[in-house]
Amino acid sequence: MELSVQEEQMLAGQCGEGPQWAMGYQVAVGEYFGAERLVPISNAHVVADMEVMGEAGLAFAQRLVDHGAHVVVPTTLNAGFTDPAHAAALHQDLALVERQAVLRRQLAALGVMNVDTCINYQSVYQPHVGEHLAWGDTGAVCFANSVLGGRSNFEAGPAALAAGITGRVPAFGYHLDQHRQASTRVDVQVRLDDYADWGALGAWVGRQSQSYWEVPFFDGLAPKLTRTADQLKHLAAALASYGSIALFGARDVTPEWAAMNPAAARRTLTVGARELEEVYASFGANQAGADVDLVVFSGPQQSLYELGRLASLLEGRRVHGHTRLLVTTNHAYYQWAQQLGYIRTIEQAGGLVLTGVCFYLMTIDRLQRENGWHTVVTNSTKLANIVGAYPYQPILRRTADCVAAAIAGRLTT
Amino acid sequence: MTARSDGNPQVVLLARAYGRTVEGPLLVASDGFSPRYDLDRSTGIVTRRAHSLFGEKLAGHIVAFPTAKGGVAAGWAFFDLQSRGLAPLAFVFGIANSVMVHGAVMAGVPIADGILAADWDKLKSGMWAALRPAERQLAIAAR
Repeated sequence: MELSVQEEQMLAGQCGEGPQWAMGYQVAVGEYFGAERLVPISNAHVVADMEVMGEAGLAFAQRLVDHGAHVVVPTTLNAGFTDPAHAAALHQDLALVERQAVLRRQLAALGVMNVDTCINYQSVYQPHVGEHLAWGDTGAVCFANSVLGGRSNFEAGPAALAAGITGRVPAFGYHLDQHRQASTRVDVQVRLDDYADWGALGAWVGRQSQSYWEVPFFDGLAPKLTRTADQLKHLAAALASYGSIALFGARDVTPEWAAMNPAAARRTLTVGARELEEVYASFGANQAGADVDLVVFSGPQQSLYELGRLASLLEGRRVHGHTRLLVTTNHAYYQWAQQLGYIRTIEQAGGLVLTGVCFYLMTIDRLQRENGWHTVVTNSTKLANIVGAYPYQPILRRTADCVAAAIAGRLTT
Repeated sequence: MTARSDGNPQVVLLARAYGRTVEGPLLVASDGFSPRYDLDRSTGIVTRRAHSLFGEKLAGHIVAFPTAKGGVAAGWAFFDLQSRGLAPLAFVFGIANSVMVHGAVMAGVPIADGILAADWDKLKSGMWAALRPAERQLAIAAR
């Protein structure tokens, strides 16, 4: 890789041990992918959480602090594994919760903003077209690249942290025009009414596109369908989850869609009602009447509009006695939702709104054991995908059907 | 190859590779991998029931997956697994994503990807394999 004088100085340790580690790590990754240079970034978004870092990760972060490392661009923190206010009631490991507090102090010392959100693109910062980023959380990357025209690869936790420290990333993958070209054209011939439908579309296409380098291009999303940011959020999260897809194009949605050359795509997929039903069928078909012990709205965190819709669906109703209803959002939306009365409505119905977390990060194997949960009913295809690694039965339903299941304590559809 | 192999090794070419040379038994999946989606990270055992390596422990093997799946967890997870002796000897992917490479480099675990489909079909669980990143080669032989 060709390095600037400043980058060479970082690599040589002349800027401190933190930048030396970060630059050495970035050069190794960049050379793996054939990057010729590094590119400046405007900001970074880091996944750093005790659920995945363990004691080794915590010790590593402490070494960076001890060496005086500090980020040089705005760097925000992704959702975490615990909302300390509810950790004991949910039977989380309180020793791990304490270690998380240590980690958060380390991250603050490094200059990371502990915003605890996976929907930073809705609530913290929206990049402009062509802006280079180093973001973790795959759904956030897919949204930023595809809906906003930003440029980021999937940046794992240490990679985004390194980028925050150097202010750069290796220029490969989705930083380069050559990879931002449609590989598959997707003709959407079905109405998408619910967030779960948008997620099901992403899940089906993701299952057919098992490669980081696949770039599906959607025709038919516009103008005949509305396409709100929340709907596209569920699409992006599902594509990233099922196919490891970091960029999609959509006619009249993606800012650079015309330059993605959809006419040259290698293949065409058609998605109709049958394909969507295929996804629903893979997560709890023909189970109407089955008992439900957990309903979750999470993965990604809920936006203000999603919280408002849940409040309206739960207004004056009561969650069944043997069913738990969990909702996750970030601190900013929680405060607004509290101000608007949404939190009170959800809680009066018996729901619990957690902040700063995403359900699948919450050490869910332990939660399953401690709380006796087995079924997870959700409108998130991403969440349905992830919980399958644990002893849960994921059941995908549309939003109103999830709420109905929570009220009835059993599946109603 | 060492005495652990039997017969003439075949050499598979790799588009990209990182790390030191390692050798050991090969464990080959028919589906993709993510430490978040498929692995119990407390034990290093694949716990997704639908996964082709369900019940297998990754440690002590060169593990091969056709693709990488999903999320960014690999970045810290591989580092954590390595610190507890639960990481595999090396990762080989048909096609990796950036996160798997971030994670492997962070953990100091050799990684490679970019294998032609015809060559992928030659990889079988139980073979003895030597990954030589500097030469971008994976040598395989029956045991």
